[in-house]
Amino acid sequence: MTFGDLTYEAFAFGFFTILTLGGALGVVANRNLVRGAVWLIVSLFGVAGYFVLLSAPFLAAVQVLVYIGAIGILFTFAVMLTRSMTNLNERYNQQWWIAAVTSIALFGMLVLLVILPVFGEQETAVSDVVATTADLGVALVSGDAYVLPFEVASLLLTAAMIGAIVIAREEE
Amino acid sequence: MDVNFNDLDFLPWLIPVGPLLAFLIITLLTNRSQLVPATDSHEYGGHHPDYDGMMVPVVTPWSRVASIVVGMAGASAAFLISWTVFFRTVGIDQFGKDDKVYGSALDWMATGVTHFRMGVLVDPLTTVLLFMVPLAVMCIFIYSIGYMAHDPRQARFFSLISLFAGAMLTLVVADNLLLLFVGWEVMGVCSYMLIGFWYEKESAYNAAIKAFTVTRVADVIMLLGIAYLYFMTGTLSFREILYNPDVLDMLANTDAIIFGGFGFSAAGLIGILLITGTIGKSAQFPFHVWLPDAMEGPTPVSAMIHAAAMVSAGVYAIIRMYPLFEAGGHPHEGDLTSPLMLMTIVGGFTALFAATIAVAQRDVKRVLAYSTISQLGFMMAALGIGAYIAAFFHLITHAFFKALLFMAAGSVIHAMEHGEHHVHEHHHGHDHDHDHAPETPAIGDEAGAHPPAEETAALDDPGQHPGKHDEPHFDPQDMFNMGGLKDRIPVTWLTFLAGGLSLAGFPLITAGFWSKDEILADAWYILSDYGSGAHGYVFFMLAIAAFLTAFYTSRQLCLTFLGEPRTEEAAHAGLGGSRDIISITMQLPLVILAFFAIFAGFVGVPPEFPIFGAILSPDVNPFFEFTKYSLLVEIQPAKPPFNWIPVLTSFGVALGGLWLGYVMYGRKPLKAGEEDPLKKMMSPAIYTTLENKYYIDELYQLVFVKPSQWFSRVVVSEFVDRGVIDGFLHLVARAFTFTGDLLKVFNLWLIDGVGDGIPQGLGRFGLWFRRVQTGRIQQYLLYAAIAAVLIGVIFVVSTGLLQAAG
Amino acid sequence: MVPLWMFLTAAAGLFAIGAYGVLSRRNAVAILMSVELMLNAVNINLVAFWRFQTPMDMSGQAFAAFVFVVAAAEAAVGLAIIISVYRGRRSVTVDDVDLLRW
Repeated sequence: MTFGDLTYEAFAFGFFTILTLGGALGVVANRNLVRGAVWLIVSLFGVAGYFVLLSAPFLAAVQVLVYIGAIGILFTFAVMLTRSMTNLNERYNQQWWIAAVTSIALFGMLVLLVILPVFGEQETAVSDVVATTADLGVALVSGDAYVLPFEVASLLLTAAMIGAIVIAREEE
Repeated sequence: MDVNFNDLDFLPWLIPVGPLLAFLIITLLTNRSQLVPATDSHEYGGHHPDYDGMMVPVVTPWSRVASIVVGMAGASAAFLISWTVFFRTVGIDQFGKDDKVYGSALDWMATGVTHFRMGVLVDPLTTVLLFMVPLAVMCIFIYSIGYMAHDPRQARFFSLISLFAGAMLTLVVADNLLLLFVGWEVMGVCSYMLIGFWYEKESAYNAAIKAFTVTRVADVIMLLGIAYLYFMTGTLSFREILYNPDVLDMLANTDAIIFGGFGFSAAGLIGILLITGTIGKSAQFPFHVWLPDAMEGPTPVSAMIHAAAMVSAGVYAIIRMYPLFEAGGHPHEGDLTSPLMLMTIVGGFTALFAATIAVAQRDVKRVLAYSTISQLGFMMAALGIGAYIAAFFHLITHAFFKALLFMAAGSVIHAMEHGEHHVHEHHHGHDHDHDHAPETPAIGDEAGAHPPAEETAALDDPGQHPGKHDEPHFDPQDMFNMGGLKDRIPVTWLTFLAGGLSLAGFPLITAGFWSKDEILADAWYILSDYGSGAHGYVFFMLAIAAFLTAFYTSRQLCLTFLGEPRTEEAAHAGLGGSRDIISITMQLPLVILAFFAIFAGFVGVPPEFPIFGAILSPDVNPFFEFTKYSLLVEIQPAKPPFNWIPVLTSFGVALGGLWLGYVMYGRKPLKAGEEDPLKKMMSPAIYTTLENKYYIDELYQLVFVKPSQWFSRVVVSEFVDRGVIDGFLHLVARAFTFTGDLLKVFNLWLIDGVGDGIPQGLGRFGLWFRRVQTGRIQQYLLYAAIAAVLIGVIFVVSTGLLQAAG
Repeated sequence: MVPLWMFLTAAAGLFAIGAYGVLSRRNAVAILMSVELMLNAVNINLVAFWRFQTPMDMSGQAFAAFVFVVAAAEAAVGLAIIISVYRGRRSVTVDDVDLLRW
């Protein structure tokens, strides 16, 4: 990749990377959980950007709508609901340095096992013909595609919803 | 083998069977006792204070009778068969020459290629003994019926004397040295049991031990001789060794294994070893010490042991083995071999030695004991100089008159005790229920004279326990307590006189004269013809000893029977005068033996003897002719021609001794309390020495007994037994316990340590490990993450991804 | 265009950071937030591979969609649990929830 050819794409990629990773760091490394929730939202935005770059506009939209809009807000609410003692805690527990080492090891593993084999091979996509969102819709409800997982997923959501309500309900 | 009672080859087997069977029957079946209170009169050799208030076993009356019957049956059977054999063989011409003997043998033990045979042999020697021994045994058995009639253990007595008789007869009919030795040893054991018959008495059991031990020492040496003989010849049969000139020559010419270089032949060594056995058994110096102490036994035992059987066995063994001792020498020409020399010296010395002790004794039985030793010395000396037949003749006559003397002495003692009993009754003034046992053995009579007449003065407290007296013990055997008994016990007096005169060798009419004269004649003959020093030595020693024999015999007769009673007990002495069974059984044997003591000598009169020779032995000396073929023709003893000197010597010493004794003791009989005039004649010191038997017992005690006791106590008991053996055992025990403790520790460690330790370890590990489970999810997640990383590492390394990527 | 491995690297980094957060934060909510980060990293991977390897086939995107669903459900339920626990214990520190301790 030369800098001149793909300037815009590279620049976008770098910007989104900063968002994602920076946001992630902010999530794991702040004292104030509200701010952490906000950093999470920032990171999720970055991921949405990745999706756009990867020609998956539907997923980007879903990411923003669902993840940020629902889950992110959910987290904010949770933070606020469990607020009273949170600010006084230490951020990290006793094993944080082992965790750090392990994380770095994990990263290393991933690099070695996943990335290096494909290093230098897939410079470009196989083809530039990309399936559209309509294809995704068809795939989700098509009998010889993913209709079953789709139904199960809906079931799961229902169950989760009910479950969450049941769990979090006030005892009478 | 069919049993043919007419077969003389077979009959001798039956002779010992009778008494031996009697022994078994009495011991196993008829010796039954019952318990009675000890305060009754039963004297176990003297009142025993330990038994007071207890119940003691006494033989039941029926078993007493049964045992007597069985014993007499056994002895009678032996007697009848023996006399049958005797009378059948006595008429045979040249009996004993070459093969003219009877006997049979069994293969007893396999010894390599051949067999060791044991059996019986009847030759002239055996025959004569078969005449004498069963007769004497019968007399003794009859005597024992009466003598032990009140003894609480009479059945046991009969079983033991049956065994004794059986052993003696076995010895007599044996055809080999080993069987002879068996009989010899069994007699030794019996003598132990019989001398110590009244075993509660300390002096009795000590005497028994002494007898057995002393003879045992001699017997071991004899056994060495037997072994050596067997080693040299491969056989022990008499006929094969002694009647075989080749064997005798071989033994005489082979050097002995020790000291062989000095011209000492094997025959000589064997001879000396075998003779040592006889020296012990026949109580010659220095092994004589047991015989006087053997008087502790009942009188029939003394008669049997010291007259008829045991001591005779010793001399018989020598007579039997005579060709062996003579091998290589010519005693009839004055050339003695070493064994013969030994016999001569020892025999001659002992004869005189014992006679000197006898003159100073106070106890009637002790005089006879030393007399026995002395007469055995005569026999040994006679054998030593080659007077083979004379010695054998003397053996036979001696058996008769000595047995007679012992039994008569027993009768005297019995009478004295009767008198003692009488006196006690008188003094105590109330009736005693007890009857004394016929004999209370003498206590401490040797160690100095105690005043003879104290008994009469003491008065006992009537309330005191009967049998336990405070006055000094009255010794019914002390001759100085006796006196004037000839009127009170006439039969005993006459028979004692006959025996005593025979012992002294009263000329012409007593058997003792003929046998003693024969010995002196043999000695003189060879002395005069060959000038042999040994024969001269024998002649003089025996002549002096014969003189002393006559002297102490007449001393004994005078002190005991003549004069006035010296004590009150003697005054009342008597056998009750009754004609009951007891006195008959005690007097009948005396009469029988007295007959033989006088007339047995007439079979051995030399034909050249004036008058008597013509009457009694017109052609030949019967005894001589009959017995001479026991030996090979070459070594038969010489027949001394008639010579006045030995005859006159015999006359002289016998009559002289008797007369001297009479002069000192009989003409003016001693009064009560008077001392022995002999004491004044020789100095009191010499007299005391003689009385104390030259202190030899004390010497042996010091030299042999005490060191042995010390050795056995200190070395064996303390050091070897407790120190070494116990120490070793303790060591072993400690080693084992140590090992056990070690194993226990190991076990503890192993089982507790490992067996318990593993679960405990696991438990502790679990307790420690469970702390992993903190309940904190983040930690679990961390572990999972680390595990995933590790798996990745392994994957990377194993597939070489690193190299590929690098 | 940006090569595949760059996307993958970014996703890996996001994943690592999320893992760190999961393993080391005390607050339960923070842990859940870190879990979301990890799930997003997975999604990025999925879509990147779809785009570069099989853009014609919709399987990649469908998969990513399902991941969305599961993530949402999980976040909802998880937070509900946290709130319930908080009500009982007045604490959202994970260390305090150690009832499974030995």
